[in-house]
Amino acid sequence: MTNVIACIDGSTASPAVCDYAAWSSRQMDAPLVLLHVLDKSEFPSGKRNLSGNLTFGNRESLLNELAELDAQRNKIALEQGRLMLEEAYDRVKAAGVAEADRRQRHGDLLETLVKMQEETRLLVLGKEGEHTDSLGEHIGSNVESVVRTVQRPVLVTTTEYTEPRRIMIAFDGSATTRKCVEMVAGSPLFKGLPVHVVMVGDDKPDTRSQLDWASETLAAAGFEAPASIQAGDVETVLCNYRKEHDINLIVMGAYGHSRIRQFLVGSTTANVVRHAHVPVLLLR
Amino acid sequence: MPADVETTEISNMYETIRRDWFGNIRGDLIAGIVVALALIPEAIAFSIIAGLDPKVGLYASFAVAVIIAFTGGRPGMISAATAAMAVLMVTLVKEHGLEYLLAATLLTGVIQIVFGFLKLGSLMRFVSRSVMTGFVNALAILIFMAQLPELTNVTWHVYAMTAAGLGIIYLLPMVTKAIPSPLVTIVVLTVIAIVFNIDVRTVGDMGELPDTLPVFLWPDVPLNFETLAIIFPYSLSLAIVGLLESLMTASIIDDLTDSKSDKNRECKGQGIANIGSGLIGGMAGCAMIGQSVINVKSGGRGRLSSFAAGVYLLIMVVFLDTWVAQIPMAALVAVMIMVSIGTFSWNSLLDMKKHPPSTTIVMVMTVIVVVATHNLAFGVLTGVLLASLFFANKVGQYKYVVSKLSEDGTTRSYRVVGQVFFASADKFIEFFDFKEAIDKVVIDLTDAHFWDITAVAALDRVVIKFRREGTEVEIIGLNEASATIVDRFAVHDKPDAVDKLMGH
Repeated sequence: MTNVIACIDGSTASPAVCDYAAWSSRQMDAPLVLLHVLDKSEFPSGKRNLSGNLTFGNRESLLNELAELDAQRNKIALEQGRLMLEEAYDRVKAAGVAEADRRQRHGDLLETLVKMQEETRLLVLGKEGEHTDSLGEHIGSNVESVVRTVQRPVLVTTTEYTEPRRIMIAFDGSATTRKCVEMVAGSPLFKGLPVHVVMVGDDKPDTRSQLDWASETLAAAGFEAPASIQAGDVETVLCNYRKEHDINLIVMGAYGHSRIRQFLVGSTTANVVRHAHVPVLLLR
Repeated sequence: MPADVETTEISNMYETIRRDWFGNIRGDLIAGIVVALALIPEAIAFSIIAGLDPKVGLYASFAVAVIIAFTGGRPGMISAATAAMAVLMVTLVKEHGLEYLLAATLLTGVIQIVFGFLKLGSLMRFVSRSVMTGFVNALAILIFMAQLPELTNVTWHVYAMTAAGLGIIYLLPMVTKAIPSPLVTIVVLTVIAIVFNIDVRTVGDMGELPDTLPVFLWPDVPLNFETLAIIFPYSLSLAIVGLLESLMTASIIDDLTDSKSDKNRECKGQGIANIGSGLIGGMAGCAMIGQSVINVKSGGRGRLSSFAAGVYLLIMVVFLDTWVAQIPMAALVAVMIMVSIGTFSWNSLLDMKKHPPSTTIVMVMTVIVVVATHNLAFGVLTGVLLASLFFANKVGQYKYVVSKLSEDGTTRSYRVVGQVFFASADKFIEFFDFKEAIDKVVIDLTDAHFWDITAVAALDRVVIKFRREGTEVEIIGLNEASATIVDRFAVHDKPDAVDKLMGH
């Protein structure tokens, strides 16, 4: 649990991922690892052979043919990935990180990240993956499954970098978000930055006391922590508050409900990540 | 955090399902057509081998291909009615009829599911490469032999059409790879037969074709012990052969696509598919090497390819039944000869020169036994036994004994190094010189491995023989040597245990 891991994929989000990772690495004084995963495409590309016949020694020739295709594809991907990592390396160097580890792995992104979980302190990845187009406001399916599976803080970045100045914690008094507050209070990541605690709901004595607890916990850790309760739709309130106070990073609890529930009723976390124009730090 | 674990599991499951089914939609749907077009002639041909109406094989191919898409452990593999299974059913069908075959099919499924739960798929590791090669070669020969009845006592038209069909199959891809050449063969030969009104046997002459969608039916057999006694031997053979071919095909596809499959899930999946087939009046099936290779070659990778192939097949057969009935048998024979050629491992013939004779003997014996019995299970059993014997013999030679006479000439010490077990125990005894007149022998077993009781008995005999000659015997290192006798060594949790065992 020591490294900041930045997932580099050559998409438009990669420069911002580098910048946010460099910033986090400097804030926490944690070693930075630039990771590029060569996702193996299991599916065929290139020309189709629909001749449907079986010739002499077909199995062997087909095996050679497919292996050759994979070899060509992987060599190019390997070289491309190396260039991406070089570029990312130069960028984080320029952003003031003393040293960064460059790593290239074969395999599935998710499996690789799960394997690296032990050494991960913070995972930084871009909202737009390599293959997603920039038309819709959807998180790449990779990001979503990573956030669900990896049991570490994940920072989902936007495509543009703005140095974080004001932080907002979306707080609802639940165990997950209380833990968020404690983690933020205990971490050097946001040291010296104001951390706003925002709660959505009616201003009642019990919610107010929960909010006060959050605000006091942060204040005790030396944070400037303005607190606010506002009624209304969760996403709208959070979105408006962000605009009003010029927040540049949101902290949330990672998905609280099961996938099935989310499928049926929708998940606030996914929606905020989708619509936010600032990076979101997901904690569990 | 149980909630998180649950979320993660569901999330991974969802990911896997998405990838296996919808990761390659276009490729799978197109490959499915190519596969379905090749499945039709095969299903008809295999029904005929088993002595059944073509509809039994066609319904089976539909059911197995569709069900295995959901239940199988190897996405991208094609299962349907197969030759390996068809040859096992011949006598059952002849002596007891279709209903008993359907009952046997259900029982086959049940046995396969049980095998899956017992994780017998892992037994495949005992099936060596030469046995596998023997299996596919034997299969190719069986498929070819099944075509011979169509090629004997017929007019020259049949030979001409078969030759023309093979010509199209192998030459057309040189011109275009966009259309399946077996399909062109079938269409062209059918058109020629109709236009020139050539009197050759057609599919319609071979029995009933499906004219409706399949319906659920329970086999009409008495549910008693007698029925069980009739069908059980067949079901057991079918279950074993089906799993052998399926798991073998799965590892071929694993290699081709460089991905992993779940062998035990495949066993259970085959079982469920066969139960499904039996319930709609189909015969038992399994994975098909040739079709699976065609699928991968055509770009199919996901579960959708098998599902699509099954659905296309049913649609084509039900709606085109009057046309299917007019396909000349010669066209099917041409397609089946192609399947046979494609299934045969031609490299294995070249390898015979390079490989050690024992490997070749295992392969050839597997083929001979299959061709003689028409049961691939017997062939594999023979192959596995032979391979084990050859292996035992080879390992048995991995041993030597050195001896040294002490300076005063009264004591001889023997040092035994290597493997002692049933196959090498007699050789072990022969190393000792019982006729030498000395006072004492020392047998050092520190670097020897006694694998079984036969080895221990051999040592006892050596000791007694020496004693009878009046020689005193001292044994060193027996504990180390006999550590290998126990059936289970806990080597996996002690990495240095293997080294210790092997005497390094």
